[in-house]
This record gives sequence, structure tokens and C-alpha cells, in this order.
Amino acid sequence: MTTPSAARLTREYPARYRLEGARCLACGEILYPRRLVCPACGAREFAVHRLSSHGVVKTFTVIHVAGSAFKHQVPYILAVVALEGGGTLTCELTDLVDQQPEIGMPVELQFRRIQEDGEAGVIAYGHKAVPR
Amino acid sequence: MTVGIVGYGSYIPRRRIRLGDIAKVWGADENAFERGLELHEKSVPARDEDTITMSTTAARRALMRAGIDPARIGAVYIGSESHPYAVKPSGTVVAEAIGATPDVHCADLEFACKAGSEGMFIASALVRAGEVEYALAIGADTSQGAPGDALEYSTAAGAAAFIFGRENLLATLDAQTSFMTDTPDFWRREYMHYPRHAARFTGEPAYFKHTKGAALALMAKVGATPQDFTFAVFHQPNGKFPMRVGRELGFSRQQMLAGWLSPWLGNTYSGASPMGLTAILDVARPGDRILMVSFGSGAGSDGFIWTVTERIREVQALAPTTRTQLDERKLYVDYGMYAKLRGKIRMGE
Ligand SMILES: [Zn+2]
Repeated sequence: MTTPSAARLTREYPARYRLEGARCLACGEILYPRRLVCPACGAREFAVHRLSSHGVVKTFTVIHVAGSAFKHQVPYILAVVALEGGGTLTCELTDLVDQQPEIGMPVELQFRRIQEDGEAGVIAYGHKAVPR
Repeated sequence: MTVGIVGYGSYIPRRRIRLGDIAKVWGADENAFERGLELHEKSVPARDEDTITMSTTAARRALMRAGIDPARIGAVYIGSESHPYAVKPSGTVVAEAIGATPDVHCADLEFACKAGSEGMFIASALVRAGEVEYALAIGADTSQGAPGDALEYSTAAGAAAFIFGRENLLATLDAQTSFMTDTPDFWRREYMHYPRHAARFTGEPAYFKHTKGAALALMAKVGATPQDFTFAVFHQPNGKFPMRVGRELGFSRQQMLAGWLSPWLGNTYSGASPMGLTAILDVARPGDRILMVSFGSGAGSDGFIWTVTERIREVQALAPTTRTQLDERKLYVDYGMYAKLRGKIRMGE
């Protein structure tokens, strides 16, 4: 697995850094990341919607065999987080203290390092979920 | 014109290592650190935590307490000696992540452990001058000591953020001062992984001389004595130094307890006295006066006097308190995991 290019990272800053998604002006569906067409109603007009940083774990899986970039981080948990006010985010669930991951667990999204392109490359930042 | 703090926030990583677990590896005397320096454990950043991530979380918490639109922040200063990039500011990432870009002035500051308070000094002055409406200053570090070196027992991770403004203040800034001389007590040359220090030279002619110099100049400026303050907080390279300098200046242990984090946190460098200030603001009441003095090797101290306002009661519970983060939900790691997290293990190609 390779790190996204610096150009792609920059384009994705609003979504990656500020959790900016889209709210469909026709039906109110929250999309993250944003899309050109609303999958719920087919409309094409959206307003910027900033996701809440609070949510609950909708589902999760534990990764024991990872790609080369993450092979030394195993085991780690990938979770789908349903956010308050709409929208879902797939991200790592980390910093569990004496607890097992479970569906319904209240979490908070925190800004973390997601990946780095070796010792000399650009560092990709984004969000991970931690227990609230 | 009155300026002061409109929002503050802190961040402490959840991982900790007990000093006994470090001492065991190097055959050192645990008691020398426990009793001699009043250090018990320290925070450890995870692989995905650095000065940028901790600064962002601390800044977001400051925004929760400030209740302002981040686009109105006109300056972002991050003081640290562990910026993730050697060239490329940390501040650009943090400003982008909190939504302060693009109409914002930004600089990363360095001055050993006082880089955080330098940002506070500049941010408050810009707001006072009317150049910007709000200014954000952050002190954050994930510092490292060489394996087995005395510094390895204290270097920790944490961040504190303050938003300065002119209205809706939770604490007014009554005076600030700086006290500095050229003192080679601690340094790190470019490309060197770990810093070097002139062992005994770090105490009396460096830390004590400058913290006292700044504290005395500051109190003289406003005609105050130690009895006029409810709280005092000094830079905390270990548990012992801040208590000693406070005592020698005439402050009681009681005045210093609220901001004294180092025994269980370690030395968060640029974050140290700023984080102590956040812990004080978490428990302060309207009318309380606070004296804060930082220290950075090289060497110098910045000093500030704050008076807490009525608004403090409305904001204290709006974000996690510093003591909660320090005392609760800790995740202990052993030395092996610590060495992995801190990148001290040589990896295969
Ligand atoms: Zn729709």
C-alpha cells in the first residue's frame, strides 16, 4: 500500500482534516465523503455539512494481517462509526483501556497520524475513533 | 486595552510508563527519581500522536470553551521542539484542521521548553495591538531523551492551547515579561536525534536564575507579592524544581499544587507551564490571580499574571479537564512497547 500523493491529500483536506461532508438539499441525506449525486434521491445540490466528532461504533473488525505499511501495527481495530446528526466514517478505533471493542460503544473522533510515507515523505493526518 | 484568554484546552496522551520500568532496564536507582526528583510516571505518545495531532485536539478544546468561529482567528503560533517536520510548519496543518485558514498569520516557534509561552506572549500582544481579533497560541511537545540518559525519565508528551481576545474573557492578562540571557545549558544540533545537556549547569545558573528573574520582574511590574496570588505555576522539568523555586520566592505549597502536574505527567517541555495553567483554570474561581513562569534552556523565562473572571464558571465543563486526562483511563506500557512507540528500535528494511 502506498501513501496518497501530496496533491490528493490536499484536495481531501476539508474531508480529512475538518470532517466536512455534504447534506443533500432535496432530502437531507448526509454524505461522507461527499458525492456528485445523492444516492438516496438522485439530487445534485448539496450544502457543506460538518460531521459531529461524537458517535457510536456501528460495526468493527480486528485486523491481524495487514498490508506492509501497517504490518507492525497489528492487531488493530477498524470500525464503522455512526455519527450524531448523521453520516458514517470508517476509521481505526484506538486507545482502548481495559475494554473490548463492541457495537454501540460511544466514541469521539480525534485528529491522528494515519500514515507516513517512510522517514522522509509527507505525513497523512486524519481522524481515528477513541472511546468517550 | 484589556486582553486575555477566551478559551483554553489541553491534551494528554493516554499511555504512561512508570519510571521503575525505565530504571530496571538501565540498572538505575528508581528511588533517585522517585524521591530525588519527585517523578513517578510520564505520558507516552502513541505512534499516531505527535505535536500536530496533540495541538489540534488542544486547540479544538480551546474552541469549545471560546465558542467563537475559528475563521475569526487571525494568528496561530505553535511552540515546540518536536515539530514533526524539520521544514514545513506544524501550524499550517493545525490551522487547516480547526478551520482558521486562509486569513491567518502563522509561525512555528522554538526556544527549548519556553516555545509555548513565547507564542502566548506574541499572540496576546497582537490582539492588544488590534492587528487580529483572536490569536491562538499552543505549547506542545513529544520530546525524547537518549536511552539511559537522565532525560529519558522525564521527557513526556502533552499540549495546551489558548485563544486570546478582547471580549468575553475568562481570564485577563494583567502583565507579561521576559527574562533572558545566553546560557548553554542544553542544546541539540541539527540532525542529532537526542539533545545534550550540561548536567549540573542546568539547575542554578539556568532554571532557577531565569524563573526567579522573570517572577520577580513580573511582581515588581504590578507591585504584587506572592501573597496576592491564589495560584502559581512554574516550568516543570521534574517534580522538584518548580516546588523549590516557588518556595524560595515565597509561595506556599498550597498555591502551587493545582498546576503541579510533572510528578505524574513528566516534562512536557513547551507544554509544561501552559498545561499547568490549564489545570489551574479548570479549578479557578472568579477573582483568583495566577502567576505563571515558563523556562526554556538557552536560556530564558516568560512570565504572566492573570486574573480569572466570572465567565470561568460557564466554560470549565465544556471540554475535558487536564486532571481528568492525567488521572483517568491510563494505558500503561512496558519499556519494550515504549521503545517501539518512540521509534527507538532499529527496524529491518
Ligand atoms: Zn437526497
